[in-house]
Amino acid sequence: MLYAFKIAARYLTASKAQTSLLIFGVAVGVFIFIFMSALIGGLAEFILSRTAGDLSHVTIEAEAIEPPLLLEETSGVVLLAREKDTSRQARLTNTDAFLPVIGQLPGVTAVSQQITGGGVLRRGAQTMQVSVIGVEPENVSAIINLKRYLVEGTVALGSGKILVGKKLAEELGFRLGQTLRLQADTGIDQSLVVSGIYETGSGGPDRRQAFVSLTTARTLFAMPQGISRIEIKLTNLYDADGTAARIEAATGLPAKSWTEDAAQLLDALKAQAQTGLMLKSFALVTIIIGVASALLLSTYRRRPEIGIMRAMGAPRGFVVLVFVMQGALIGLFGGLLGAGSGYAVLLAFPSREEFQPGNLPIDIAQGAYGVAILLTVISATLASILPARAASRVDPVTAIGQ
Amino acid sequence: MSALLVEVRDLWKTFGEGEAETQVLKGLDLSLGVGEMSALLGPSGSGKSTLLTILGTLMQPTSGRYTMLGEDLMRASEQDLTAFRNRHIGFVFQFHNLLPDFTALENVIFPTAVREGRETPAARARGRALLVRMGLENRIDFPSTNLSGGQKQRVAVARALMNSPELVLADEPTGNLDRASADQVMALIDEINREEGTTFLISTHDDKIAGRCRRQILVGDGQVTG
Ligand SMILES: Nc1ncnc2c1ncn2[C@@H]1O[C@H](COP(=O)(O)OP(=O)(O)OP(=O)(O)O)[C@@H](O)[C@H]1O
Ligand SMILES: [Mg+2]
Repeated sequence: MLYAFKIAARYLTASKAQTSLLIFGVAVGVFIFIFMSALIGGLAEFILSRTAGDLSHVTIEAEAIEPPLLLEETSGVVLLAREKDTSRQARLTNTDAFLPVIGQLPGVTAVSQQITGGGVLRRGAQTMQVSVIGVEPENVSAIINLKRYLVEGTVALGSGKILVGKKLAEELGFRLGQTLRLQADTGIDQSLVVSGIYETGSGGPDRRQAFVSLTTARTLFAMPQGISRIEIKLTNLYDADGTAARIEAATGLPAKSWTEDAAQLLDALKAQAQTGLMLKSFALVTIIIGVASALLLSTYRRRPEIGIMRAMGAPRGFVVLVFVMQGALIGLFGGLLGAGSGYAVLLAFPSREEFQPGNLPIDIAQGAYGVAILLTVISATLASILPARAASRVDPVTAIGQ
Repeated sequence: MSALLVEVRDLWKTFGEGEAETQVLKGLDLSLGVGEMSALLGPSGSGKSTLLTILGTLMQPTSGRYTMLGEDLMRASEQDLTAFRNRHIGFVFQFHNLLPDFTALENVIFPTAVREGRETPAARARGRALLVRMGLENRIDFPSTNLSGGQKQRVAVARALMNSPELVLADEPTGNLDRASADQVMALIDEINREEGTTFLISTHDDKIAGRCRRQILVGDGQVTG
């Protein structure tokens, strides 16, 4: 083993130009592999953070109350319009016992109870329809990271406080610390002080939403008990389907994964990942073909030597080992070089925090360096098996050519 | 007569089939005693190299019996023959003798290193001693490609002796060398044969070389004729 390694290393160092070229070729393949991993991974993360990042990953929501049909069974065609009942709030009751259970499920990072409803914000003569979200003060940033998006004030939500988006503040023309009137759909009316202004960058939260404390929401929406929904955040948003199923099984509550409403997005991401996978496979195939052809050539060039080694009593397996080790070494050095230069090049791209639109959303952390090196070593080793077997079958008599 | 080392009976070797069929060895018989030094003579194409490669277990005869050191080599597997060759047979060829990317010493110790899986200090010491004996003390760590033809053949002889084989087969070992180098190589072979009792079988067209051997084996028409 050790001796085969010595000979393999000697063969590689004996033809330095050829070996360097080969390692460089492998490194280019590895570089493409890593670049694609970082780009596809970064792109997916970027798209997800822009779309699903501020979403609840699993939502438990009471089923809407359907008003009963007053129409008796009739014959003939009847056109029936059923208006959505907005007067009564659908609510979840008796969820308190389940909250710790949900919180302890693997992958769950935050559980937020909320009371939601519609309302009209009024400042002087100006009004604006908003959706009001009542959250526990300690969970303000659990689902949408309001703390990160805050531009003014604080996210602390005491009673009588309200957090609003920047667009809404601009449209209604108010500033931090001013008092607004909020009239809920229930007709209940309350004065609230603007304690913080945030900007998420997307229209919904910035223009159409406002956050109050859960206690304030109870008053506004006349819900002394129960809650409207529970929003759950996960470490890995791809686990949402499984976690939703687990929550349903454990609690019997209707849990919905974010993916149910994002089929198109997920399809697009899947297609993108597959494109990346294909390009990465091509890179690996290139490595395999490159290594195999180079080693096959070397096998041919070294036929007399292989013949001598066999005549001196080197077993076939020894010859196989010498060539397989050359493949593995080329893979290792090509992999390291490719991964190293890949990392160096990716460093030049802005990180996700500094990301500006128009740049490639490359995520250096998703370069899959270890995988790339491992796959390259495996590919190059596999690629060397054919030449190695050919080498081991060299007939010493014809090779020595006496 | 000394103890028998090699015994070949009724050896046949046919190359090709049908029209292209060539019968090279036709029921050849040959015995080599321990410590013999023989020249293998015969016109070009008479089958000297063929016989040497069969004796060296690098090629299977079409039929016949071949025993060496009491072992029936006709029945041995490929793996067994490889191991047997490594321990008991040394080779010196005319061309393509040394591994070009290795030094003289590395070439010499190859047969031991490949068996032991590494180059041991003991193997290195023996390799050095052999090279010194071949008069190559100042060429030990030379890349083999930088050696002269005569030096290369002396390294090849050292390598053939590395595992202290009972039999060394040399196919025109001096065919490429000038008179002086050829004599030097033959003198060394002669010395080893006398001092260590290694059996040599050397094919050659050179009468002077043949004259240095104590026995001459003449091959003709696929048989030993004298
Ligand atoms: N692999 C082979 N296929 C077909 N014929 C072969 C093969 N090897 C040898 N021969 C033939 O066998 C015969 C003997 O060849 P061999 O090389 O043994 O002769 P030789 O006595 O060593 O000749 P020389 O003195 O020229 O080296 C030749 O006619 C040669 O053409
Ligand atoms: Mg010949």
